[in-house]
Amino acid sequence: MNEQGNTMRAKMRTATDWLATSLAVLSTLMVVAPLLAIFIYLIYKGASSLNLAFFTQIPKPEGEEGGGMANAIVGSGVLLALASLIGIPIGIAGGIFLAEFGRGTKLANAVRFTADVLNGVPSIVMGMAVYALVVTPRMPFSALAGGVALGIMMIPTVTRTTEEMLLMVPHAVREAALALGVPNWRSVLSITVKTASPGIITGCMLAFARVAGETAPLIFTAFGNSNWSVALNQPISALPLEIYRYALSPYDDQHRQAWAAALVLVVLIVAAVSLVRYVTSRGVLKGAS
Amino acid sequence: MGVGIEVVNLNAWYGANHTLQDINLNIPANHATALIGPSGCGKSTFVRCLNRMHETNPIARVTGTVRIGDLDIYEDAKPVEIRRRVGMVFQRPNPFPTMSIYDNVAAGLKLNGYSNRRVLDEIVERSLKDSALWDEVKDDLKKKSGASLSGGQQQRLCIARALAVDPEVLLMDEPASALDPVSTSKIEDLIFQLKSQYTIVIVTHNMQQAARVAEKTGFFLNGRMVEFDSTHKIFTNPSDKRTEDYITGRFG
Repeated sequence: MNEQGNTMRAKMRTATDWLATSLAVLSTLMVVAPLLAIFIYLIYKGASSLNLAFFTQIPKPEGEEGGGMANAIVGSGVLLALASLIGIPIGIAGGIFLAEFGRGTKLANAVRFTADVLNGVPSIVMGMAVYALVVTPRMPFSALAGGVALGIMMIPTVTRTTEEMLLMVPHAVREAALALGVPNWRSVLSITVKTASPGIITGCMLAFARVAGETAPLIFTAFGNSNWSVALNQPISALPLEIYRYALSPYDDQHRQAWAAALVLVVLIVAAVSLVRYVTSRGVLKGAS
Repeated sequence: MGVGIEVVNLNAWYGANHTLQDINLNIPANHATALIGPSGCGKSTFVRCLNRMHETNPIARVTGTVRIGDLDIYEDAKPVEIRRRVGMVFQRPNPFPTMSIYDNVAAGLKLNGYSNRRVLDEIVERSLKDSALWDEVKDDLKKKSGASLSGGQQQRLCIARALAVDPEVLLMDEPASALDPVSTSKIEDLIFQLKSQYTIVIVTHNMQQAARVAEKTGFFLNGRMVEFDSTHKIFTNPSDKRTEDYITGRFG
């Protein structure tokens, strides 16, 4: 009787284990499926329009077949570089302040609250705000304005992940540095931030990938440009802007190019994130945690 | 060389909690001094007052005088200067997880702006030899992370890291309590060798350990130091009834 009960329980446990494992696998598939679906559909729709001209030429005038998006690809690169230059240092500095120097102060609470609200501001509003503040008659639509808009959008994500990651660094590690006679600021920069850096880098990549696909903040700022331009004080083209414009166009060829541009954008984001991961993981030592 | 420590009327608080009350003692140079007592008796707080680590907690407060050598540590110097002269080893090994073994040992010097490679190499080797870890790690100095070592090795790495800045005093806050018996005996052997060069203060839960490594022992209870004497006297013929009750295992 008792033995029977035991085997019954063992069977129940096996069944529960099987059920839980299946649910986990199913959930994993559900997470991966949309990404795969998007990617496959983009390849299906866009790959056929990819050719050398797409990467080397600028757009042809309306209605003409052919041409490419070289200026938009480079433009996106310029805008994202500007955005990272603005958003990452400010974001990380804010995170360090929240986690290390301002803990518990009113200013820190205000900064944290602002970051959270900023995170929720619709991107079109961000575009309008930057339009109102940066775009002036003397400096009309420009790459710089676009970079500022995207950069501000990066700040809250970078700040909050930096803060979270720094708070995860064990207290014992900080104490070890202080007990060696290392000044607090030095210990924060050289030990705590370094220990948290893999997580901080992930946060920066998330913010980067998020703004890389933003269209709305660029409409009133970078504006778009159908000619070659990398000048910071001139309107500049960007892949999301071109996708938006071409997708609304009446011409089939431009629709195809919009799909191709979407594919290129996604591939470039994946490539940029992978590159950063590769470069930053090369210095990691055996057994480092 | 080690220097003696003179503590006069030391009081410490955490918030409203009066954790150390009127501590007076003289810790001799180049000897190991053990501090024993039940949990929460103030012995860890006491050693943290000797290198001003106590102050890293914003609610903590100290009064009284601590002289290390001829330096009054609360009057004459900044905390960072004190901590370079008074090394500390913690209860749980805490190597810097992202740094190599080499960088862990060199950390105290590098972070204070020292960068002469040849000198650093020499100091790292000497410190690892002094902490009896050199033979086990010399081939992976820059390849492996400090966190990849075993617990006992990590603790010896932390000792090497503390020795590399050439302190006069080494504080050890239950350095072997998270380690297995073999690693513990290695740490104890080490304490024996190190006291020729450093003044060692070791907090321990383990009375046998105090008896094995220390010439002097202080017994703490409820924030007060009940008795301070030669280890032999404390363990064979204590003058206070409470000390006797504690070492014979009647409480604690």
